[in-house]
Amino acid sequence: MSLDKNQVQHIATLARLRLAEGESAETVEKLSRIVDFVDQLSQAATDDVVPMAHPFNETQRLRADEVTETDDRDHFQENAPAVSDGLYLVPKVIE
Amino acid sequence: MSQDLHLQTLTQLAVGLGNGTFSSVDITEALLDRIESHNGALNAFITVTAEQALADAQRADAARASGNAGPLNGLPIVHKDIFCTRDVLTTCASRMLENFVSPYDATVVRRMAEAGAVMLGKSNMDEFAMGSSNETSYFGPVMNPWNLECSPGGSSGGSAAAVAARLTPAATGTDTGGSIRQPAALTGTVGLKPTYGRVSRYGMIAFASSLDQAGVITRSTTDAAMLLGVMAGFDERDSTSINQPVPDYVAGLDKSLKGLRVGIVRQHFDAGLDENCGVAVKEALALLEAQGAILTEVDLPNLELSVPTYYVVAPAECSSNLSRFDGVRFGHRAKDAEDLFDLYCRSRGEGFGAEVKRRIMTGTYVLSAGYYDAYYLKAQQVRQLIADDFRKAFADVDVIAGSTAPTPAFKLGAKTDDPITMYLSDIYTIGANLAGLPGISVPCGLVDGLPVGLHLVGAHFGEETLLNCAHQYEQATDWNDACPEGYQ
Repeated sequence: MSLDKNQVQHIATLARLRLAEGESAETVEKLSRIVDFVDQLSQAATDDVVPMAHPFNETQRLRADEVTETDDRDHFQENAPAVSDGLYLVPKVIE
Repeated sequence: MSQDLHLQTLTQLAVGLGNGTFSSVDITEALLDRIESHNGALNAFITVTAEQALADAQRADAARASGNAGPLNGLPIVHKDIFCTRDVLTTCASRMLENFVSPYDATVVRRMAEAGAVMLGKSNMDEFAMGSSNETSYFGPVMNPWNLECSPGGSSGGSAAAVAARLTPAATGTDTGGSIRQPAALTGTVGLKPTYGRVSRYGMIAFASSLDQAGVITRSTTDAAMLLGVMAGFDERDSTSINQPVPDYVAGLDKSLKGLRVGIVRQHFDAGLDENCGVAVKEALALLEAQGAILTEVDLPNLELSVPTYYVVAPAECSSNLSRFDGVRFGHRAKDAEDLFDLYCRSRGEGFGAEVKRRIMTGTYVLSAGYYDAYYLKAQQVRQLIADDFRKAFADVDVIAGSTAPTPAFKLGAKTDDPITMYLSDIYTIGANLAGLPGISVPCGLVDGLPVGLHLVGAHFGEETLLNCAHQYEQATDWNDACPEGYQ
């Protein structure tokens, strides 16, 4: 296996994912297979090839930094799990 | 008359609406009845918007009576549940968004609604469009109407199954690696993925932003052309939207294929392709030749690396896009988190399914310190090589043709144990996404009672050529009319 349990746990932490006890072994096995599979890219000769980030190699269009949206906070917050007085609530972060 | 409304294409329904043979309410009622009777067996819908559909149909009929009919006035549409629909549940087939009611409409949804289309509901799909069989949906798999033990393909499997089962003449889909074309092939429908940037991605829940493109699944190329005309065009709200005029795609469908240069990729007919699918596709190519097309072999030397390239680029972009699901502003939130870090990890761990988590982790890995150059940068370079192969090929040909999928529909559960086997379902379609090219799948035969799709890929913004070629082929066959048993 190209990845071990500790590596997978580290990746999960970086990705902010909590893996349940039963999920871990399967994840190690399947992620290893995926990594082995994509490893074949190393055979390709890519010296001096410009990496492609956009299908037309285009740059991002810019616009003037102006307010274009109206305030729709209450509507948006209807989907929030916990709000109070227009604020999003999270567990305590500062002691 | 009303009994066979479900068998009519959008184009036929538009004629009937125009001359007053039936109303939009008639169509809507007939299709809602069909959905009611068949969705239990197919699981093609996550949400059916019956009440809203009937109200919209009444409004469309009134608009027509007062002379204000838009180009899609009163015509039914189903939206893949990846498109945000204002005040309607938008789940992306994930537990993460199980209760998400979108506060706004995707541009595709808005443009269709403004043209007068009537939304019947939201279709089932692979979770966050990550899958090729519709089995990763939190709401359960979709069954293929051609054989209920088989997958309809994915990720737009609900859209494809609904169109194939005559529950709607048309549905939207999205295609990141083949998610419109592969399910279209596996269900005997037409699936169009336009050029990257042709259709706005605004309000389409992002999976891999440099690959995602919205399109349609229909029963005829003419219908796909009609819908593309409404969906396509520049959108200020999508930073990668391309500002190019939108031609009249339907008007461009009557050209002869005489002299059309059709490229054939030799590697696409090797051992990976099911023998019977190969026979059906070769017959289709012979028919194109008989219609005047010139078949030539083209070489895409780096294409064999397209699947591994995709499975670095797409997960990398997915890991970034899906970081927005944090359990704070919207989406699933875990109970009893100890602190903010624990809240993130638990909410995401509970809210995402196994395949989505694997892709996020693959993406996190290939972008992480020490691995970025070896995987992500390398994949972007190979992507450039693949795109170059296509650029060179399109100097000599107008379209590239082959099989959409390596096999007909496979049994549910057949590929769920090994992610790589599933990933290879998209081996013929992924190249077009990496290069940003338009592609279409049209029905070209049946193998053991299951449909096969002919895949055509065009040059950038070559939709007119692509649609015309598909349409001319369609005119010479009757595969589009093949209907799964029990859904006539």
